[in-house]
Amino acid sequence: MQFPGSNCDYDTLYVLKNILGLEAELVWHKEFDDSRFDSAILPGGFGYGDCLRAGAIAAHSSAIDKIKKMADEGLPVLGICNGFQILAESNLLPGALLKNSCLKFVCRWVDLRVESTNSAFSASFNGGSLVRMPVAHHEGRYFVDEETLMEMERNDQIVFRYAGENPNGSVNNIAGVRNSAGNVVGLMPHPERACERILGSEDGKLVFHSMISWSK
Amino acid sequence: MYLVQVAIGNKPQARDPEGETIMKDLLHKSGYDSVKEVRTAKLLLIRIEAENEKEAVEKAFKMCNDLRIFNPVAHSCEIEVRRKT
Repeated sequence: MQFPGSNCDYDTLYVLKNILGLEAELVWHKEFDDSRFDSAILPGGFGYGDCLRAGAIAAHSSAIDKIKKMADEGLPVLGICNGFQILAESNLLPGALLKNSCLKFVCRWVDLRVESTNSAFSASFNGGSLVRMPVAHHEGRYFVDEETLMEMERNDQIVFRYAGENPNGSVNNIAGVRNSAGNVVGLMPHPERACERILGSEDGKLVFHSMISWSK
Repeated sequence: MYLVQVAIGNKPQARDPEGETIMKDLLHKSGYDSVKEVRTAKLLLIRIEAENEKEAVEKAFKMCNDLRIFNPVAHSCEIEVRRKT
């Protein structure tokens, strides 16, 4: 899904088509017809220039109403970075992404622990395994109220946690979460940038691989 | 017509690192030790047609709430009328 300001769309498409061999296409948000797709990915970038807040304007688009329909039907929906911010702003995922504690744009590789394999985008991992992916964001500090956080922890809704240094001040070192059904996932790290050995890691492939096995 | 001020800041439970930096690295370092807290906020100044102040505030709150101009998960939203214009 492309919004004005998406900039990881081609990387994601490349991974889906050339590395995983899937049928995938880029869709401009205004032309999105959900009946043609069995899963959706909202890529990273700076939708609408992050005006008001990262993800806040895109969350009101008609495309997101269709994404909500897909989510209700149990189809896999993934939000990467800005995509995660959009899903949080749309209430498809709990919580909010605030400015990093360090107040800087953070762009580097991070170690992640796979906390939950019970989701459409983590089912192919071994639970508890350590993986590497890059982060690149300014608003990635996951925040949610204490009560919801405890409920999410109890329900196994934390998908990825920063295993080393927490790059943004996220509560409980959270890097990625899922909805209660497990078909909607958002994460700040970029799995699409970690799918080839030449780029430094292939761990991201399993995120997209999970989507295939979940859909079968 | 009223000029309505909408201030959107992080809820008290959510740290505000920008406010903390302004306090610690500018105010306290410059000797303003009496400052105990600084919180930053985004300020919207909206000119809005309304019959009276109460209606201006209600209209502003409704649209801020309906369109999630503030994110109720993480933000507080304070609305007041600055003046009649």
